[in-house]
Amino acid sequence: MSKLAIRVENLSKQYRIGLAQDRPDTLRDLLTFGVRRVRNLFTRGNQGNSNSPSHIWALKDVSFEVRRGQVLGIVGRNGAGKSTLLKILSRVTDPTGGFGEIHGRVGSLLEVGTGFHPELSGRENIYLNGAILGMRRDEIERKYDEIVDFSEVGKFIDTPVKRYSSGMYLRLAFAVAAHLEPEILVVDEVLAVGDAEFQRKCLGKMNDVAQEGRTVLFVSHNMSAILRLTQETIVLDEGQIVLRAPTPEAVDHYLNMGLTKQGERIWTEAELKGDVMPFQPIALRVCNPRGRVVDTVNASEGFSIELEYNLSDAISGLRVGLYIMTTRGEYVFTTFDTDNTVLFESYPARPAGRYISQCQVPPNLMNEGRFILGVNASVYRIKRFFQDDKALTFTVDATGAPGMHWPEKRLGPVRPKLDWKIEAMEK
Amino acid sequence: MDKPQTQTNNTPVIYLRPSKGWLSIDFKELWRYRELIFFLTWRDIKVRYKQAVLGIAWAILQPLLTMLIFTVIFGILLKTPSQNIPYPLFSLTALLPWTLFATALQRSSVSLVGNANLITKIYFPRLAIPLSSVIAALVDFLVSFVVLLGVMIYYHYWPGWNIFWLPLLVLLALLTALSVGLWLSALNVQYRDIQHMVPFIIQVWLYASPIVYPIETIPEGIWRWLYGLNPMVGVIQGFRWALVGGDPPDATMLISVGMVLVLLVSGLFYFRRMEKTFADIV
Repeated sequence: MSKLAIRVENLSKQYRIGLAQDRPDTLRDLLTFGVRRVRNLFTRGNQGNSNSPSHIWALKDVSFEVRRGQVLGIVGRNGAGKSTLLKILSRVTDPTGGFGEIHGRVGSLLEVGTGFHPELSGRENIYLNGAILGMRRDEIERKYDEIVDFSEVGKFIDTPVKRYSSGMYLRLAFAVAAHLEPEILVVDEVLAVGDAEFQRKCLGKMNDVAQEGRTVLFVSHNMSAILRLTQETIVLDEGQIVLRAPTPEAVDHYLNMGLTKQGERIWTEAELKGDVMPFQPIALRVCNPRGRVVDTVNASEGFSIELEYNLSDAISGLRVGLYIMTTRGEYVFTTFDTDNTVLFESYPARPAGRYISQCQVPPNLMNEGRFILGVNASVYRIKRFFQDDKALTFTVDATGAPGMHWPEKRLGPVRPKLDWKIEAMEK
Repeated sequence: MDKPQTQTNNTPVIYLRPSKGWLSIDFKELWRYRELIFFLTWRDIKVRYKQAVLGIAWAILQPLLTMLIFTVIFGILLKTPSQNIPYPLFSLTALLPWTLFATALQRSSVSLVGNANLITKIYFPRLAIPLSSVIAALVDFLVSFVVLLGVMIYYHYWPGWNIFWLPLLVLLALLTALSVGLWLSALNVQYRDIQHMVPFIIQVWLYASPIVYPIETIPEGIWRWLYGLNPMVGVIQGFRWALVGGDPPDATMLISVGMVLVLLVSGLFYFRRMEKTFADIV
């Protein structure tokens, strides 16, 4: 029997959302609530009604085991409870219910560069960050050269990190984190940083860690990273484990999850609970040129994607974005409804009301295959109102696409029809 | 609870479960994290005077300038009695432990909120944070102590053997700051009102301590006893006595020490009780 590294049973975590009345949040509230409420200072408001709508279960009755040396992936939509689970496992926060046991030293990487201080030099931050991540001083000293090498910041090591470019900063931060050597490593989405080259390097490092036989819990939205690094994956949804399976199967399940209807994604009230934002998505649809909502579109005739949404308040500078991704997690393209300067200028602000932003995908653009559609609503550099990285998946059929007279699979996510010319050069 | 599966080796086992009630203080764990406390302290010191032209000289200037102001207002204009000690020396011997206390208290009470990014991402004993900000204040004190020695030499005062009591008095000042800092920092996590109150608390506290006036100003008897409830009374009285002589600390000192112990123990337990919620509400 292989040894146990982590075991959790019925682990649950409840959060309070919104402005619940059972615990005052400011001293003024506290005073107005009167002396009776002073008790709450000491009792942490446990007597609150735990099933009222102001409480949500971020995690509910999660049980699983991880054997020593296993690399386990965790996937799930935003808000599915992944980060909460990792926070509990790394002891940042306490569970509300349930029980868990962890055998061995845990290193948690919920973020790169935690505790980096901008005023301190790269060298100083290596020591500080190392200590914060739980490395001993002699351990940091031993690995110091290796860390500097990996980070590629070499001659800037004595410069305050506030003068670093964001790339250098991230490289240094990841370099420290990558040299942690705990028995159990808990990693949250830290690979989604830096340029492609550095991401490849990070992924390589994570692979090494996995090969060394350490126990790793790995959360990511990057399906290709999950597929590459893990053998088994847990799918979380609404705070519960919906599937634990070999990674390819789990990824497939995750990507096809939450489709209420083929070709259409409808957001229910329950899914948007807790969002008091002025932007409420209603439905996302993929339609063929004849206006029918479909799961499979034909590449040669093009298709349209529309997002229906409601604004409870006017938003100025709003832009609705669509992302198309392959099932391997690579982006194909990103587009916004106000990319076009004419539309951009005619919609400086959108008054409250119901809207549809519709996008035409031209014929002969996509290659055949299954794609993931993500949506996002934001005001550039100000605020992100809504984001769902995998709102919908759809299939592109290549019938009639360029080059179909050769029945072979084409590489790449796009299959554009391009103008070719062939000229015979005369001798 | 179920028995954990049999483990053939002795790796440490961490149990995760909801925490309820009052928790004991895990000094062993705190000791294991001593290097982190060291690095956090070192960071606080290092960062404090970065990009300041005068740098660490501020640690000297602050008590020195306050001493000048107090000397002009209370010593020269108001002619406050000063136990026959030159007024600048009289006020500086009090200002040194006071600045140590005030800096430590101010920094520790906002420390948890200031380190929210650490608290929400990494596990470590949360006590390390207020503890390191209190220790960091000690460095300023040591620097400014050199100035005090200079002023003493100027006035031809030579400290006697009593100076060896100073470390204990410094410890008492630090413990006072820590115990109040524990309460305030934990409260500040949920009630940000605290950080607005802290400057005011410190100001009131300054006048409630025998800094600008001698302790004899307070009538003997019940009032003096009440006055002793302020632990800084004992600290400051002790400082003056250890450095420039005068009345040795009396029973007020005992009250001060007792008060610190009460504040410290209650502060530690309150902090421990609240620390599990810091990451969720900070």
